[in-house]
Amino acid sequence: MKVVVVGAGPAGIRAVEQLVRAGVTPTWIEESPDGGGRITQRPPAGFTRSAAALYGADAGRARRLHATLDAMKPRTDWRPDTLVWNIRPQDRVLHTQTDGAAQAEVPYDALILCTGAMDRVLPLPGWTLPGVTTLGGAQVALKAQGVGIGAKPILVGTGPLLWLTALQYAKAGAKPALVLDTTPFLTKAWQAAGMMWNAPTFLRGIGIMAALRLRGVPIAEDATPLAIEGVEGATALHWRDAAWKEHVTPCDAVALGWGLKPESQLADLAGVPFDYDALQHNWVPRRDAAGRAPVAGVYMAGDGAGIGGAEVAELSGARAALALLADAKLPSDAALTAHLDGRLRTEARFRAALERAFPYPAKLAARMEDSTPVCRCEVITAGELRAAAAADAPEMNRAKAFSRIGMGRCQGRLCGTPAAEVLASALGVTVAEVGRLRGQPPVKPIPLQQPAA
Amino acid sequence: MTATRLLDQDRPGLIFTVDGVEVPARQGDTLLTAMLTAGLGHVRTSEFGDGGRAGFCWMGACQDCWVQVAGQGIRRACTTLVQPGLEVIRR
Repeated sequence: MKVVVVGAGPAGIRAVEQLVRAGVTPTWIEESPDGGGRITQRPPAGFTRSAAALYGADAGRARRLHATLDAMKPRTDWRPDTLVWNIRPQDRVLHTQTDGAAQAEVPYDALILCTGAMDRVLPLPGWTLPGVTTLGGAQVALKAQGVGIGAKPILVGTGPLLWLTALQYAKAGAKPALVLDTTPFLTKAWQAAGMMWNAPTFLRGIGIMAALRLRGVPIAEDATPLAIEGVEGATALHWRDAAWKEHVTPCDAVALGWGLKPESQLADLAGVPFDYDALQHNWVPRRDAAGRAPVAGVYMAGDGAGIGGAEVAELSGARAALALLADAKLPSDAALTAHLDGRLRTEARFRAALERAFPYPAKLAARMEDSTPVCRCEVITAGELRAAAAADAPEMNRAKAFSRIGMGRCQGRLCGTPAAEVLASALGVTVAEVGRLRGQPPVKPIPLQQPAA
Repeated sequence: MTATRLLDQDRPGLIFTVDGVEVPARQGDTLLTAMLTAGLGHVRTSEFGDGGRAGFCWMGACQDCWVQVAGQGIRRACTTLVQPGLEVIRR
């Protein structure tokens, strides 16, 4: 039986572990040179920080994950630096590209997609300036490269990553000039009871917020970012506080992020249907609680199958592998399956509270000024999208045909969420009704002479 | 913009070139890190007339840090490690 696991983050590592335990030798494909995922990303060779310095409270989990990752590589057909850029579900074949060049077709009987997530953004005037990054990007810079995106950055958005990244920058010696959370304090406080479903993580979050205040990092909650100022690069943020007073705060970099969105393009190409998850404010590929897609032989786990965080990714990765093994009538651990199901149910309650505590500010996206570029690849503005709506584009793919939104080099990864808000608002319908940009191969750009082969 | 070296920077130095000019870097730097910490400010120029770009996601998703590398074609600066003598051309 040919089993392929795509992705070597927390979900992929735990999926492969269960497959190998059952005697299966999967093909294991990872786009990066090494596995580990984003939260527990390892720096390249030559960096010397300890796991404790790199991952803080996640150090133990990171060490265990990396130990399993390294132990599993020789027991699989391990293919790092390899991008899956297309899937032909009717033939059960993946198209891959290794080291930016070598093409291959990889057949599969069963497939586990562990494709992760990226930051969800809200475009602002000036967000294409040098010095503006995602929150995840700001964190990767520090973790995997030991550099700050600036010496006095401003961090903007909402969610746990906002606060965690701010503290990491403060500790590294680049104290943020401002942490701007669009969510009011009370919205977060109301969810405290629900977040006790994962008490250690919740208390750690409270500790991070307290530590930032102790370090004297300026914090604004219930605030609105208005524009990023700069010529060659970001030099200030214009923003409005909860009392509607406007401020200009100087900085040398800005990081933006409002939670995460699944990187689910491959599930789309595999033929998996998607549902709108109103709580997460994301489109998520359809799957059962164990990770089975309604497409035979396709399984999904981790943030790519719906945002759950790194702990859930480990649980759901193992669970999806156990589902695959059970479906294939191979030995699978019934006690572990029951344990994982219980843990996943509890974590879902925590995640529901977390999503309510840090909501995507959809109204800000809907109210975006006409001149703001929604698509940074091809500088397509909110006004152009509204013109598409006026020209009778009732849903996203029609708006794409009219305006080129989502046709740029990132394939709608960044603009998809905010563009749907702008379009829905212009049409006076819900964001679920305008749909989502359909995935298209190649899921990331590849050299033009290759796909013809 | 200038990225700032903060932690874990005790690595051997090397030299590569950007648009024909020698630029110092350290082993383990990505091209994005090396170019932005060296003060180059941007890694490419937008084809749509809105100025320089210096990447955005730092994790290979947004495709906003494309550079030309001699002998390798177009590469993402954020996922390509710098090598001694590597020749980068900003587009």
